Amino acid sequence: MKILVPVKRVVDYNVNIRVKADGSGVDLANVKMSMNPFDEIAVEEALRLREAGAASEVVAVSIGPKEAQETVRTALAMGADRGIVLEAEGNVEPLAVAKLLKAIVAEEAPGLVILGKQAIDDDSNQTGQMLAALLGWPQGTFASKLVLADSGIEVTREVDGGLQTVRLALPAIITADLRLNEPRYASLPNIMKAKKKPIDFRPAAQYGVDLTPRLTVLKTAEPPARPAGRRLASVAELVDRLKTEAGVL
Amino acid sequence: MTTLLLAAHDGASLKDATLKALTAALAIGDDIHVLVAGDGVAGAAAEAGRLKGVSRVLTAEAPALAHGLAEPLAALVVALAPAYAAILAPSTSTFKNALPRAAALLDVMQISDITAVLAPDTFERPTYAGNALITVRSADPIRLITVRTASFRATPLEDRAPAPVGAVTAPTDFGISAFVSDAFSTADRPELTSARVVVSGGRALGSEEQFKALLLPLADRLGAAIGASRAAVDAGYAPNDWQVGQTGKAVSPDLYVAVGISGAIQHLAGMKDAKVIVAINKDAEAPIFQVADYGLVGDLNEIVPELTKALG
Repeated sequence: MKILVPVKRVVDYNVNIRVKADGSGVDLANVKMSMNPFDEIAVEEALRLREAGAASEVVAVSIGPKEAQETVRTALAMGADRGIVLEAEGNVEPLAVAKLLKAIVAEEAPGLVILGKQAIDDDSNQTGQMLAALLGWPQGTFASKLVLADSGIEVTREVDGGLQTVRLALPAIITADLRLNEPRYASLPNIMKAKKKPIDFRPAAQYGVDLTPRLTVLKTAEPPARPAGRRLASVAELVDRLKTEAGVL
Repeated sequence: MTTLLLAAHDGASLKDATLKALTAALAIGDDIHVLVAGDGVAGAAAEAGRLKGVSRVLTAEAPALAHGLAEPLAALVVALAPAYAAILAPSTSTFKNALPRAAALLDVMQISDITAVLAPDTFERPTYAGNALITVRSADPIRLITVRTASFRATPLEDRAPAPVGAVTAPTDFGISAFVSDAFSTADRPELTSARVVVSGGRALGSEEQFKALLLPLADRLGAAIGASRAAVDAGYAPNDWQVGQTGKAVSPDLYVAVGISGAIQHLAGMKDAKVIVAINKDAEAPIFQVADYGLVGDLNEIVPELTKALG
């Protein structure tokens, strides 16, 4: 079985982003970019399935500018076998990403597609579900545990109030939540090896998918700041202020 | 221009999240239908008839809908969609799972986690863990929307003649997904996303035992729900469904007590809508103090028990 892992290049999770003064967007000039953290978990899970003998090949795919190859290269350094970059400029929304991925799935015929549950830049949490819809496949979102069985896959999901386990027929879509695993670091020898692994570049345009955004971003703003608070000297003072000043007790 | 609101419920009654999402629906338009999907929903459907602005309640009942699986639930939404200009649901795990599936089947780009309605086709939503608020306008003929409930007040049930309730055809089981089991924490506590008070712990608690030993008594005293930072969840001190932040839950209680939480960007994303924030941390430079109304710098192992006692 082949596993396809879509990976997204995003602003590194440690970066404090800045909204441009004219409200036209977020300043991305000279900002450190990394693989979306949930996608790292997705790559790790695919590698573990391959190492356990349940999968034969792990293919990483990214959609974005030419630099998205760095993110695919990171997946290759972690252990993925080969990569695909679909080059597209500008903002490609989850719906369009899902349509492009559907085309890649048709070419590659994976038994599983494992994605991160959400990207930490647009925070949409949609792509996996949309891809499942377009393929007519079942979906196991927000996964914290996967167990492959003969006839399908059991997915334990993080839901409000606890966990839910579902059984899905294969092929299926999985989206990774935090506790699915702890991703490995790429070792230096593996980073060197990854430079020789193949990456296939294609223009996203060749798939005939309309990439025009459906949502127009009219404005980008900083959230209103909370007024500065007060340091208190004692627990007694805290209780007093909560009662009298804040009125929340 | 009718709006369909998807209800979060437990069969017997509506969840608070539904009353909050209703507030967003009312801002879009005042003719609203509510869909109550599940298996055994009479109680919740009766309540839904008393929601403000609701002229019709649709029920869909089938074993396949009992556990909120995305495949049948999305198919149901798709079947109903042509009659509506907007379909809204609270950002619960059920609808975060199912609604994007319906959106793709309708060839619509979902608008996730809205925090404000600016016009029937224009919304505000957070990106980058809440560090950038974007205003987006949808060009789609039907707008599918999930609502960040922490950003909207609940619209209470009205004392009025209830709207009519009618059943719609429930989808059949597609045979590609099946419910196996669930494991819900049965703690006798308010739900995290609707609690009036939340006590949250971070990695500085040091262990699962200490997390519980210090925070449970304080939460009991305050009648609070318990939350945790991602670091505390990663360290195994708290289960993931307690996680507050960009990748966990967004909360907006009257009082949020952050214990041993440094205040990483992604945590602040989930709690800065709280009315009053209290931070207890030994590091006086911790970013949590920049958003806290009241801060206590010191050893949480001393401060928390003292606070619990002082509240007695």
